[in-house]
Amino acid sequence: MATSDTIVEHQKEQSASDWSGGRPAFRTSYGKLMMWYFLLSDAFTFAGFLIAYGALRFSSPTWPVPDFVFSTAPFGVHHAPLIFVTIMSFLLIASSVTMVRAVQEGHLENKNGVVFWMLMTILGGAGFLGCQAWEWTNLIGTEHMSVTTNPFGTHTEGGVYLTADGKESEEVFKAGESFLIHKAHEGEEHGGGEHAEQDYSQGDHPGYLVDERGFVHRKFKVTEGPDAGMVKTEQFGPKAFGALFFFITGFHGFHVFSGVIFLFIIMLNAGSGLYMKRKNGHEMVEKIGLYWHFVDLVWVFVFLVFYLL
Amino acid sequence: MSDLSYSEAKKVVYRGLVLLAVVTLIEVFFSLLGKGHVISAFKGITWLHYTIGLLLISLSFYKAYFIIYEFMHMRYEVKGLAMSVLLPTVLLIWAIIAFFQEGNSWKNRRELIQEKNTEEVSPEPAKQESMLLKDTYILKLEGLI
Repeated sequence: MATSDTIVEHQKEQSASDWSGGRPAFRTSYGKLMMWYFLLSDAFTFAGFLIAYGALRFSSPTWPVPDFVFSTAPFGVHHAPLIFVTIMSFLLIASSVTMVRAVQEGHLENKNGVVFWMLMTILGGAGFLGCQAWEWTNLIGTEHMSVTTNPFGTHTEGGVYLTADGKESEEVFKAGESFLIHKAHEGEEHGGGEHAEQDYSQGDHPGYLVDERGFVHRKFKVTEGPDAGMVKTEQFGPKAFGALFFFITGFHGFHVFSGVIFLFIIMLNAGSGLYMKRKNGHEMVEKIGLYWHFVDLVWVFVFLVFYLL
Repeated sequence: MSDLSYSEAKKVVYRGLVLLAVVTLIEVFFSLLGKGHVISAFKGITWLHYTIGLLLISLSFYKAYFIIYEFMHMRYEVKGLAMSVLLPTVLLIWAIIAFFQEGNSWKNRRELIQEKNTEEVSPEPAKQESMLLKDTYILKLEGLI
């Protein structure tokens, strides 16, 4: 396998004149170099967001558990933690691989190969965007998460839930367990048909509290710690979670979206034979390839902090 | 541009696909293991949680290295280019340390405020004597001023 040393070896006689003009800096084209520096600046933007996420997560006493939050998939799949997002990751990895293939065909000046593999890359990117659209729709529409409301809470004390008429139920939970605060009249879909005939008007009920937006905060009796014996209601999780999630995955999704647009334009150009005329090994395909791999690279870290940790 | 032959380069690409997919699967497996989904007895063990966290972070950095060096062809660029792109990211190490420290301090401050808010204050003001040492004598000045 070649290393950078062999390149230096190979072009030694020219290296003295590297910066004396007439040769591109770092033995690469201006366009590719500037793409690298753009990606560096973009990496700092994403790093800023992800570090802000880390700081806010550190500052919260509790944080929604990702395998509880992200456990639904299309076609009615529930309680499948991280499965859907793993599929999304695979789509992005696969599209990165097809992009490398497009660049390789470009070096061989194989026009049809470039177009085919770029089309595969676009399909991967579009598939990822479709998955993300489903994920967002589910979070916003079904689970009612927004940039200011986070219905995914965490118990800080062990306890037992109360039934609708205020008596202790069989539902026992431990500290650290997660819960989702549902909206009234939607309990039916999420299982638990016994809720159907209950009164979900706004206000304080024996077993739960319905707030002005229709969220049903269930009541529970604490069974451990200094507050043992007290009856409490479920509280919303840290607000910052929703804002950070939608902002960071949205910003990444926007990168994927613009990447798909640019891939499409460059695929059309490649198909028209424009890059064949330039005779530079389809360098444009290489540049959009760098951008596309970067989008995959950012997803590695978004995946890490939002879903894995 | 690649120094590898076409068929060699193609092999590297498909090996990369398998490698990234396998590393991602390992990550998901360990993440679920740490949260107690695979073996339920593992739930809530703090040291295990941190160990797995470290493992996940290292695996992610390995993926990032592979994407940059193979897929983005950084391995085949001259060293100056690689260094001028990669070295500035070292600054982020400080940003991570500083901001995580900051976040931790916000948390401590919030806890302190909550503690102070729930503190019981006795309705009658504390006697002045109690603030002073036992052998301190107070000169009664009422009426003189």
